[in-house]
Amino acid sequence: MPNSSSPTQARNAPRANGGPEPGRTAPKPANPADAEVLTRAQAGDHEAFAQLYSLHKRRIYSLCLRMVGNVAEAEDLTQEAFLQLHRKIATFRGDSAFSTWLHRLAINVVLMQLRKKGLSLISLDEAMEPTPEEGPSRSFGAPDLTLSGAIDRLALERAVADLPTGYRLIFILHDVEGFEHNEIASMLDCSIGNSKSQLHKARLKLRDALRSQKHPEERP
Amino acid sequence: MTGDPGKMSCAEFQAQLPELIGSGEDVTAHPHLASCDRCRALLAELETIAEAARQLFPSVEPPDEVWQQIESALKREGE
Repeated sequence: MPNSSSPTQARNAPRANGGPEPGRTAPKPANPADAEVLTRAQAGDHEAFAQLYSLHKRRIYSLCLRMVGNVAEAEDLTQEAFLQLHRKIATFRGDSAFSTWLHRLAINVVLMQLRKKGLSLISLDEAMEPTPEEGPSRSFGAPDLTLSGAIDRLALERAVADLPTGYRLIFILHDVEGFEHNEIASMLDCSIGNSKSQLHKARLKLRDALRSQKHPEERP
Repeated sequence: MTGDPGKMSCAEFQAQLPELIGSGEDVTAHPHLASCDRCRALLAELETIAEAARQLFPSVEPPDEVWQQIESALKREGE
């Protein structure tokens, strides 16, 4: 058992400005210069909108790519997300961080695309409430099957890709992107408790998948 | 369910795990884990997965063509 803090402890921080990923650092207050760019973009300033794109393109594109796993599709979704942003930006009232609001918009674009493709889940509500049979198996397992050492990255990526949409979304937003549960709850219109619960189920399901790969005879 | 955290069953502990984990507290210090190898192993595995996730799917820039397409679409919408 590692002595380090559990995974599990709040360690994530949003990268609200969309810049290079700095790792899991403490949240930064909104940059006044960014706020000014946002205000100008809301007033229809094209140059300011281009700046907003530069600030947020990396995170939005990465989110799309992580969700759909296809470069061309992720490019189309990024384009659509920013076109919707252009249409809706004047309606942003600052009730949440702009980055959270933009992510929510992009998530809806992604889910709409998945719906068009008829993949697994139809709505965000359904995405957030997988049926019991989709859930992970009970957690009990012999301790000698621990996923010791480095997890094979490709195996984990495959397992994440195979998660039901709702689990995948929560896992990517929290464990990969570094959003906090309160931000995810705001993005997905769910409770903080629901976000915690879904993340836990996602991790359990990944654990099941990875254990099955390591020990095929132990499939749940 | 027992009121003593050290005497709770694995099922009771694991039912509380999402909230314990999400609270940001050090779950490894939970009394149940002092006597339960299985739940310690479970927590360690979840930790391994969460740590590995940080290395997953490196963040990447979209190609310049995406912005060019956005600009073209905005021009069309503005006409």
